Amino acid sequence: MKPFDYVRAASHGDAHDNAARIIAGGTNLLDLMKHQIETPTKLVDVTRLDMTEIEEAENSVRIGALVSNSDLAADPLIRERYGVLSRALLAGASGQLRNKATTGGNLLQRTRCPYFYDTTQPCNKREPGSGCMAMEGQNRILAILGTSDKCIATHPSDMAVAMRVLDARVEIEKPDGQIQLLTLDELYRLPGDTPHEETALEPGDLIVAVHLPDAPKGKHVYRKVRDRSSYAFALVSVGAVVHTDGGKITDAALAFGGLGPRPWRDTEVEQTLIGEAPSEALFEKAADILLADAKGYGGNDFKIPLTRRVLKSVLGELTGATQ
Amino acid sequence: MTEHLKMDKVQPRLLDETGQGVISTPMPRPEGPLKVSGRATYAAEWKAENMAQGFMVRAGIPKGSYKIDADSVKDMPGFLGVYSDHMVRNSAQGTMNTNPVQLEHEIQYLGQPIAVVVAETFEQARHIAESLKVDYTRDDDVAGDFDAVTDWKEGSSQDQGDLDDAIAKAAFAVDSTYTTPPHNSAAMEPHAALASWDGDKVTVRASLQMLGYNRNEIADSLGIDAANVRLLSPYVGGGFGSKLGIDPASVSAAVASRHLGRPVRVVLHRNNVFEMINLRTQTRQRVRLAADSNGKMTAVGHENWQTNLPDEPFAEPVDTATHFLYGGENRRYGQYTAVLNRSASGSVRAPGEAVGMLALENAVDELAEVAGIDPVEFRLRNIPDTHPENGNAYSSRSLAQCLEEGAEKFGWSQRKSPKERREGEWFIGMGVASAARTNILMESKARVTLNPDGTALVETDMTDIGTGTYAILGQIAAEMLGLPTDKVTVELGDTDLPTASGSGGSWGASSSGSSVFLGAKAIRAKIADRLGCSPEELRLQDGVATGGNNRRPLTELLEGPISEEGHIEPGDQDVAQAGFGAHFAEVAVNSVTGEVRVRRMLASMAAGRILNAKTAQSQVWGGQIWGIGSALTEEIQHDRRTGHIVNNDLAEYHVPVNLDVPDLQVHFVDERDDYANPIQSKGIGELGLSGAGAAVTNAIYNACGVRVYDYPATPDKIFPHL
Amino acid sequence: MPTLGSAMKITLNVNGEARSLDVDPRVALLDALRTHLDLTGSKKGCDHGQCGACTVLVNGRRINSCLTLAVMHEGDEITTIEGLGEPGSLSPLQKSFVKHDGYQCGYCTPGQIMSAKGMIAEFNMGWPSNVTDDLGTAPDFTEAEIKERMSGNLCRCSAYPGICHAIREAAPDEGTIEEAAE
Repeated sequence: MKPFDYVRAASHGDAHDNAARIIAGGTNLLDLMKHQIETPTKLVDVTRLDMTEIEEAENSVRIGALVSNSDLAADPLIRERYGVLSRALLAGASGQLRNKATTGGNLLQRTRCPYFYDTTQPCNKREPGSGCMAMEGQNRILAILGTSDKCIATHPSDMAVAMRVLDARVEIEKPDGQIQLLTLDELYRLPGDTPHEETALEPGDLIVAVHLPDAPKGKHVYRKVRDRSSYAFALVSVGAVVHTDGGKITDAALAFGGLGPRPWRDTEVEQTLIGEAPSEALFEKAADILLADAKGYGGNDFKIPLTRRVLKSVLGELTGATQ
Repeated sequence: MTEHLKMDKVQPRLLDETGQGVISTPMPRPEGPLKVSGRATYAAEWKAENMAQGFMVRAGIPKGSYKIDADSVKDMPGFLGVYSDHMVRNSAQGTMNTNPVQLEHEIQYLGQPIAVVVAETFEQARHIAESLKVDYTRDDDVAGDFDAVTDWKEGSSQDQGDLDDAIAKAAFAVDSTYTTPPHNSAAMEPHAALASWDGDKVTVRASLQMLGYNRNEIADSLGIDAANVRLLSPYVGGGFGSKLGIDPASVSAAVASRHLGRPVRVVLHRNNVFEMINLRTQTRQRVRLAADSNGKMTAVGHENWQTNLPDEPFAEPVDTATHFLYGGENRRYGQYTAVLNRSASGSVRAPGEAVGMLALENAVDELAEVAGIDPVEFRLRNIPDTHPENGNAYSSRSLAQCLEEGAEKFGWSQRKSPKERREGEWFIGMGVASAARTNILMESKARVTLNPDGTALVETDMTDIGTGTYAILGQIAAEMLGLPTDKVTVELGDTDLPTASGSGGSWGASSSGSSVFLGAKAIRAKIADRLGCSPEELRLQDGVATGGNNRRPLTELLEGPISEEGHIEPGDQDVAQAGFGAHFAEVAVNSVTGEVRVRRMLASMAAGRILNAKTAQSQVWGGQIWGIGSALTEEIQHDRRTGHIVNNDLAEYHVPVNLDVPDLQVHFVDERDDYANPIQSKGIGELGLSGAGAAVTNAIYNACGVRVYDYPATPDKIFPHL
Repeated sequence: MPTLGSAMKITLNVNGEARSLDVDPRVALLDALRTHLDLTGSKKGCDHGQCGACTVLVNGRRINSCLTLAVMHEGDEITTIEGLGEPGSLSPLQKSFVKHDGYQCGYCTPGQIMSAKGMIAEFNMGWPSNVTDDLGTAPDFTEAEIKERMSGNLCRCSAYPGICHAIREAAPDEGTIEEAAE
């Protein structure tokens, strides 16, 4: 870990520091700094700022960026209306980590790609242009959608998958005080030729909150498949809110973890489902659309059929159509 | 005085005659209050005045040579030095007693220790190590892929009868190939050392299992006399084989401390533990079995392929249990080894049986299936009368009782056919496997002192790596001397004390326990003498000696302390000696995802006299859970191009978590092994693992009809077949 | 202008006692406890939030002390294993771990106990977990709930059965809702 200056922000103004990295929960940043993957020379600690509230507004809920994963998951309002978010949070990490990890920080978690994590190895994300060892290496946990020939990293967050389902928008305070609202698809960039540029955030930006619009209609499910029963990252996860009425699917929102460089949502999948009667054939069709561009890299080939199975199972559960 | 016994004949069961009644009881560990209050002090937690901090530098290439550019960091804050001399390539093998391979400037695997950086603080040392410039000369001829090996070297092999012919003529046969991945011991305490010199003498506080050997290994690595090395390991945060031999931290701390003339502490980073410490080899195993129409086995073949670094004197004894567990006249064994540029292979809990019995017990399950015989019944039918190769009698073997009583307690009769039992998305099934683990006695010494105030002291350089040594040595001494256990103090983990067997191979309790027994026995003889009775007549209970017509408190009988050394040595006996047992598992397999959840397990174990019912149960729990890990989650993943361990941490090397583990049952079958040692006990820690994982994978088959041949049974290995 | 990363003076409130120290900003809370304050009860198993051996309570909540900086905790109430009890005056959880053999080597044990302490408090606040069936009601103190909530603490000796037995027995004395613990 390189030496750095530590400053505790007393105001938002202190946090808008182009030269600094923001630290809140620190559970990912310090992990990476210990490996000298992240090497900031200045840290601004924002944990004493006022971004700790979950506020109900008209047609939305505003979650302060410093709300811990634990508090968010346990919040009565979130549990009642946004079950998929509560479930996703509880499926992630451990009790200790959730107590420290924050809403804003969780969104900015970096990939668990093993080559990214080892500074002796080339990695286009860590060292642009150095190459990708994962593509032909151990890629069991890596992406099958949204990849490029430079990077096949996955985004590891469970929370972000649920937020994608819920059409969350990230409230970003610019250094000049202006507020910008970004959807998660706007926040996260696909790797393309520049996998090191992961988000649309600019120097000095501060995530202050996440807004959730009224939850889509329907039952909430977060299904996570992993190698051990707890305290493991997803191989594949599905966050879903689906509603049926009169034998037809009327509302559907689905997002996937473990598949891509960002929580993966494909509205075409949802459009295929809406207005149709749930059936095995319909679910197959939805899976076909979702996985049309999926590409395996050897070790992660299994994610393609696994995703299909999990998607069908989740849809069956939510619509009561199968099993 | 020394009471010496070479164990070459059966000994009387004195511990069944003594009257204190503390042996075998579930006494809580005496050091427990220190552990639960954070006061037990592990290697990295000692301090010394003017202590400097070291951090290991790992090789960034898999093969080649290197030169450290010390100038690149010498001006960094806190820098004290960077040293590569005497650097060990990897940890020493168990009972090696000499230095491990020490390379000068050569790299043979990625992550190899190449230097230690020392600075004033930990944070500075870590930063300097991460910033150090190393000039590498790469050798691109890297062998990192197990599956690409072609030049297998034939190691040990053994033939009896005609395996091929027996299989050709058999009513039922199985020919299956299994692969098991490398495993890491992953003890919770990373290897650590604090070294300080006083003239020619070095004292190292380290985290090691076998101090008597380790002292010689350190001395040899440093090029000094073993008499000048003192090791201290009173508390060891888990070992599982990874601390059998000395590690890079202990040698580096001693080297740096000698250079700097001040105490140096080196703690391995968790990544270092995964790379620099010997792991269990990957294996490929071919098991061929045959049985006649009555389900009697006629042929047993077990061949294995495994790898190591060059010049590493260890091969996993994969087929150990296969030699003596089941009958069959025609037998073949073969071991094939190759060299790879990957971290060294060595002992990890139950070397041999841990992975060998996965394959063997899966194959037996398959054979029972094709023979149409219940797998418990099939195993019972194939228990041989005598050792199937050398004809020796078994010293004790309660395998049949373990299988029968275990099956009864587990509710084995409720077992159904594959896919027959289903709860929602989950298939439910049961599996069984035999357990067997060779029993070993090692030379061991201990000093026992009985004080006139009715207290006793046990002293030995034995270690307690979580195994319960503090508890059981105290219980043996208390039982023999007729004292309440709280009157006995046990001092361990200091090479200034009599040299013990060390903790390894499940021999620790029996070997060190026997030495304490012998020391106490010599004290009993002296007390008998003073009381005027024969040792056989002597009865000691609650500090009172009774014998002949005399009855006197020990406090009156003793004018001063009586101190005796016990010394046990293995002897020659023509018996087959092992612990036996049976594992039962019930699992649920998700029909959509292939995820497996273990719902319950039962271990039915016979390991001679159980010295402490509580700590023995914990050892078996540990074995069962390691069985779950090896069956379902644990796998070191190497990059096949570089041999790079890509999951060199505890986030991605998946040891079981609490939720992976159901409530576990342990059943002990009462047994004494008169050939084993004078306390009639056998090892339990590794027996609890041997076969456990196979019970889980056999249960997976019974649940969903999928046989997993490529361990571990992660979801991707199962769902495609559902 | 001071050099980059120069030491800072901070005061930590550890086990009810104010402790002042000069630390490099890089010092993790865990290292501050172990190296600077000689409170070695909190263990370093991985240094990256992957094992739970370093678990302490900060303002009553369990966290991994390896993944937070000491300088971030000025004024916080920090409780370590040393603050729960010592031999002769152990807390109910500590006693129960001894009784049920909720450990073997003992290295993960302080983290397990601190985690259990924090977990019981979370449970009493009605927090759900990943195995809670219904997010709408307060969860029961079941075996599965204990196991899931304790899964952030690895134990390689695999004392999980003893750990669970110990927690169940001590939970009422540590303040769980009594009916739930039965």
